[in-house]
Amino acid sequence: MSAIEARFGGRLGAFELDVAFSAPARGVTALFGQSGCGKTTVLRCIAGLERMAEGHLVVNGRVWQAPGTFLAAHKRRIGYVFQEASLFAHLSVRANMLYGRRRARAAADPGIGFAEVADLLGIGHLLDRSPARLSGGERQRVAIARALLSDPEILLMDEPLSALDRLSKNDILPYLERLRDELAMPIVYVSHDIAEVERLADQMILLEAGRVRAGGPIATVLADPALPLSRQIDASSVVSGRIESFDEEFGLTTLMVSGAEFLVPGRIGETGTTCRLRIAASDVALSRSRALEWSTILNAPVARITGAEAVGSYQMVVYLRIGPAGRGAPLLARVSLRSWRALGLAVGDTVFALVKGVALAGAS
Amino acid sequence: MAEAVLLTVELALLTTLVLLVVGTPLAWWLARSRAWWKEVVGTVVALPLVLPPTVLGFYLLIALGPNSPLGRFAAALFGHTLPFTFAGLVVASVIYSMPFVVQPVRNAFEAIGERPLEVAATLRASPLDAFFSVALPLARPGLVTGAVLGFAHTVGEFGVVLMIGGNIPGETKVLSVAIYDYVETLEWGKAHVLAGGMVVFAFLVILVTTVTDRRLRRRLA
Repeated sequence: MSAIEARFGGRLGAFELDVAFSAPARGVTALFGQSGCGKTTVLRCIAGLERMAEGHLVVNGRVWQAPGTFLAAHKRRIGYVFQEASLFAHLSVRANMLYGRRRARAAADPGIGFAEVADLLGIGHLLDRSPARLSGGERQRVAIARALLSDPEILLMDEPLSALDRLSKNDILPYLERLRDELAMPIVYVSHDIAEVERLADQMILLEAGRVRAGGPIATVLADPALPLSRQIDASSVVSGRIESFDEEFGLTTLMVSGAEFLVPGRIGETGTTCRLRIAASDVALSRSRALEWSTILNAPVARITGAEAVGSYQMVVYLRIGPAGRGAPLLARVSLRSWRALGLAVGDTVFALVKGVALAGAS
Repeated sequence: MAEAVLLTVELALLTTLVLLVVGTPLAWWLARSRAWWKEVVGTVVALPLVLPPTVLGFYLLIALGPNSPLGRFAAALFGHTLPFTFAGLVVASVIYSMPFVVQPVRNAFEAIGERPLEVAATLRASPLDAFFSVALPLARPGLVTGAVLGFAHTVGEFGVVLMIGGNIPGETKVLSVAIYDYVETLEWGKAHVLAGGMVVFAFLVILVTTVTDRRLRRRLA
């Protein structure tokens, strides 16, 4: 059962919104789209900060909005992280964190503990500081902690990284992954940065001009030929696999993805757990033979071509499914038109997908 | 002389207190309301900035006098009509100094913007709770400026007092009126003491306000 069932429609100035989607009880659902597509408006509607003419919102079986019903924002059990940290300037870090906690109603079950949250976000040493004396990344971590401590049922994040520089971003991403993996609550994450979404999201809702263009598991949406995502220069696919073993000598973890073996650098997790890999389309080459003895490539799973499309004048996006039968995880490759012709490749062919680089996209 | 100074301080303190209690919600409403007629209210509040104090005093004299409904109401409430009493001075001063409190407080509320209040709402604070726990503390520089300006302006008021307060020692004879009296009776020495004291007072008020305002703003930046 979905934890969040949402439908919003109406006008906001010249902008028209008409969206419906659901989010599961655990994991990150990304609302993705270009600036102005309405993703922040949708998040504000869920929070009750915006009220659309038509709205229907059910969270964990309780109606928050319906015709004739509108639960005020301060009565909704949400944690909201804004684009800018928006800490209260007149309060210390500790007082900021306790602001929502003191007002949360859950007397019987205090939920997640103060020390636990401070630890989860690595801000224990900042508690007595004033927000003015924090870096951008630290401020955003405090804002996340403040939201978590208000005992939310759902966590709403509105581009929490977009106001940060690259270093601070990389600083926060691991914390967000920890939240995703350790919190048993739905997270709705608004972003226009596909790399962030690939790293964090389990589900993805693609918004375009106030409408839902597509939605589903991230791996499916990213590799959907009907969507523009796979044709982007930085297109990637995301695959999940189970950790099988770790090779001490070469420091390689073996992962099984749709029956194919992947070797990934580093000890990325415990044996038996599931892990997520992000594979850039431009890091995948195709070969008719598995001539790996002449190459440094580690991973070359068998895959079947399920589709192909020219992009620009001289490149091809190739849609693959891992496994000889073509029923495994979707994979994207970007190859030159010349190679595509030279190898005589066609949809339905079975090939070897030479994967040059994989990036760990966190446990999942 | 001391009587006039004490009376003035008493009047200014009481007026400032009333203004903070009445003016802050009014400033909040002016800062946040989307009603089209809010600027009409804002203009009425600002009128004393432009009007000659005698005009204001003249209308107040009529409005609070025994022949107006307001005056009769006040008479029923206090047992006597307000003109030529201390209570009348307070009422007049509140109206006269209102823009000096409302304007800085309204500006401070407007500068806070929507965001901190939205954050408060997502953290379960009701609108009233957010007003006291977020808006008021963040608007503190404006509140301090408003209070000081309201106080100082009331201390310096003359025209309105003369119109509706007359010149009753211990009741309505405030500092500025006392100076006027001393000059009229050629007691220049006493006039010098009061007038010089006012110059020092004005200098200190402006200096202290500027410095504390800077400091508060820096802390909230």
